[in-house]
Amino acid sequence: MQRRDLIKGAAITVFGAGLPFSGAIAQNRYAKYAGKTVVMNIPAHPHYDAMQKLLPQFTKETGIKVEVDKVAIGRLKEKQLLEMAKSSGDFDLGCYIVMWKGEYVSKNLIHPLEPFFANAALADPTYNMKDIVPIYLENLGLVGGPKGYLAGPGAKLYGLPYGAETSVLAYRRDVFDEFKLKPPENYDEFRKLLPIIKERTGMGALTSRGQAGHQAVHAWLLHLNPLGGSVFDDQWRPRFNDKQGVEALKFLQEVVATGPAGIAGYGQGESNTAFLQGKAAMYLDSTAFNGVVEDPARSQVAGKVSWALHPKGVRRSSQSGGLGLAIPKNSKNPEAGFLLMQWLTSKEQDKAVTMLGGAPSRNSTLLDAEVVRKFPEFITFVEALKYSNPDWRPIIPVWDKINVQALGVAVSEALTGKKSAEDALNGVVPQVTEIMRDAGYKI
Amino acid sequence: MRTPRWVPVFFIAPAVLVMAVACLYPVLAAFQLSGYDWSMGTPWESARWQGVGNFVEAFNNRRVWSSLWTTLLFAAVCVSAEMVLGIALALALEQKVRGMAFFRTLFILPMMIAPIAVGLVWRYMFDAQFGLINAALIAVGLEPKIWLADPLLAFIAIVIADIWQWTPFVFIMMIAALANVDSSVIEASRIDGAGWWQMTMRVKLPMVMHVIAITLMMRLIDAFRVLEVIYVLTFGGPGDSTEILSLHIYKTAFIGQQLGVAAAISVLLLTVVAALSWGALRLSNPMKDDA
Repeated sequence: MQRRDLIKGAAITVFGAGLPFSGAIAQNRYAKYAGKTVVMNIPAHPHYDAMQKLLPQFTKETGIKVEVDKVAIGRLKEKQLLEMAKSSGDFDLGCYIVMWKGEYVSKNLIHPLEPFFANAALADPTYNMKDIVPIYLENLGLVGGPKGYLAGPGAKLYGLPYGAETSVLAYRRDVFDEFKLKPPENYDEFRKLLPIIKERTGMGALTSRGQAGHQAVHAWLLHLNPLGGSVFDDQWRPRFNDKQGVEALKFLQEVVATGPAGIAGYGQGESNTAFLQGKAAMYLDSTAFNGVVEDPARSQVAGKVSWALHPKGVRRSSQSGGLGLAIPKNSKNPEAGFLLMQWLTSKEQDKAVTMLGGAPSRNSTLLDAEVVRKFPEFITFVEALKYSNPDWRPIIPVWDKINVQALGVAVSEALTGKKSAEDALNGVVPQVTEIMRDAGYKI
Repeated sequence: MRTPRWVPVFFIAPAVLVMAVACLYPVLAAFQLSGYDWSMGTPWESARWQGVGNFVEAFNNRRVWSSLWTTLLFAAVCVSAEMVLGIALALALEQKVRGMAFFRTLFILPMMIAPIAVGLVWRYMFDAQFGLINAALIAVGLEPKIWLADPLLAFIAIVIADIWQWTPFVFIMMIAALANVDSSVIEASRIDGAGWWQMTMRVKLPMVMHVIAITLMMRLIDAFRVLEVIYVLTFGGPGDSTEILSLHIYKTAFIGQQLGVAAAISVLLLTVVAALSWGALRLSNPMKDDA
C-alpha cells in the first residue's frame, strides 16, 4: 500500500500545482502550437494501430499536426537510440518497451514529466493522474526509486503507460465443457492438466512463446514469478538457477511437450496464432490479446473463449509490462509532444482507443459500463491487475543483454532438450555475473 | 600520340574518391570503434579507450568461436550447393528451348525479393502447425517436422532459404558468361568429336573460370554477411544453433550495447572473408591475367 500511496501523493502534487492557473489558460493550451508538427515514433502493434485512428481528431481539436514514424517492434530501440543520440532529433514523442526505461534515463535521453505537468500553460487540470492504473504508472513510468525501477523514494516519472498489459489465462470454454475439465486455479492443477488435455482432446494444451532470446525468457518468467522465483536476490546476485528457477523451466519444458508442435521456435505471433486457429486449448500471456480473440476475421475461436486469473503458485502473481510514451531530450517540440501524450492518455481518449481494440490504461475505462459490455473479460483483467507484480523482471539498463544473450540462449537450449533445465541455468550464471560486474554491481 | 600522365589520374580520381568515402571510411571507422568502449545513445566523448581490450574480450568469448564455426559451415554448405545448382541450371537453360525467357525470369525472381520478406515467407513455410512444407510432407505420407524448434532442422531451414534466394545469382552470372563463349571454339570441339560432357567440362567451364571465381567470391562474401533472413527466421535459435557471426555482431552491438566489441568481431569477420576471397581469386584471377 505504501507504494500506491506514494504514486497517489505524487499525482496529487502534480495535479495540484497546475490547478490555480489552469482554468484561464486551458482554452489556449494548444493555440501556441497550432500549425506545428509533432513527430511520433511508434511500433507496428495493435494498440498503436488503434491509436492512429484517433490522430485526425487531435489535429482537428488542437491544430497540431502529427507525423507518425512506424517501425517493426524489433527495430524500434535501435532506431530510437540512433535518433536520440543526435544533438537535435526528429522525434517529439516515442513509444518504448518497459525494459528500456532504465537505460534511456541512465543515458539522459528522455525528459522527466513533472515539469510538464507542473506547467499550468500545458497541463490539463482535468487530467486526473490518479485514474491511471497505478501498477501501470509505476511499471512503465517510474525510474530512480528502489532497485532503480520501483515506486518509492527517489522515483521520478519519465513516461506514461500506453499499451500496457498484465497476464491472464484464456481457455477454450467449449473444449473444457466437452471434456469436463476445470480451468486451473493453481500450478498443481495446471501441471496435472497439461498432459490430460493433450491425451483427451488431441490438441495442444497451452500455447507459449519459445524462440531463442526475449521470447523464451518471457515464457519462462510467466512461471518463475508465481512459483516464487526471481532472476536476482536482494543483493543482485543471480538466483535464477535455484529450485524455483529450475522448477519454472521444467514446467515450461512440460508446456513444450504437451503444447502445439514447435513451441521452441515460436515468437509471439506463432504462439497467438496457435490459439486463434484452435491448435491449443489454453493461452497464458498478455491481456492485449482479447480484441483479436473475439474478432471472427482473425480468430476461429471467437465466442468460445473464457478468461481466468493467472494460476496461483506459491503466490498469486501476474505480469507487468507493455508499452509507454516518453519525450526525447533532443525533441524539437517537446511541449507539443507532451500535449499529444496528455491528450492520448486522457480519460476520453483512453476509452476511445479501447473501444477501437487498444489496451486501456485507466481504471475509469476498465470499469466503464459501455466498455465492459463490449469486453466482459475486463472484469477478470481488473482482478488480475490487483496481483500484477512490478518486480516481474529486473528493469535495469543491462537487462536487455542478460535477457537476450545469456538467459535467452539457456532457456532455449533447455526447451529443445539440448540441456537439462539445471545445466542450462547453471551454465549462464558466470556470464550473467560478469555482465552485472561490468555494469558496476558489486557482487 | 602519347597520353599525358595526368589523364588516367583525372578519369580515375572520381571513382577512387567515391570508393574511399563509401567503402574505406566505414572500414576505418570500424577499426577505430574496435578500440573504444562506447554505447549507443551516449556522446562519443564519453567513449573509453580500451586498446586491444575489445579484441581480447571477443577472442575469449566461446560464443564468438561457436558462431564463427556456424558461419563457416553455413557458408560452405550454401555456397557449394548454390554454385553447383546455379551452373547446372545455366547449362540446362543455355540452349534454345521453348519458354526459355519465362524460365529465366522465374529463376531470378527470388533474388529480387527483399530479404526481410524472404525471411517471413520461409518462416510461414517452415511453420510446424500451418506451414506448406509440413503440409507437403504429410501429403506424401511423411511425419511433419518441428523445423524451427530443432537445432539441426533450423540450420537446414536457413540453408534451404539461402539456397533458394541466391542460386539465381549464380545462374544469371553463368548464363551471361556462357553466352559469351566463342561459338567457333565450341564448333571446333564438336568437330574434334567432343561429347556434351567433355565439351562442358573441358571447354566451356574452363573458358568461364574467371566468372566462376568471381561469382564464388561474391557469394562467399555475401554468405558471411547474411543477416536479415536468419534474424527473421530463427533469431539465431534454438539456443545459438543458427547464430551466424553477423547476427552475433548485431546482438552484441544493438542488444548488448557493446559497439566496440562488436566492431572487434567485425574485424575478425573481415579477416576471414578477406582470406577466403584471396583463396577464391587464386583459383582464377582475371585481373592478374589481364595485367
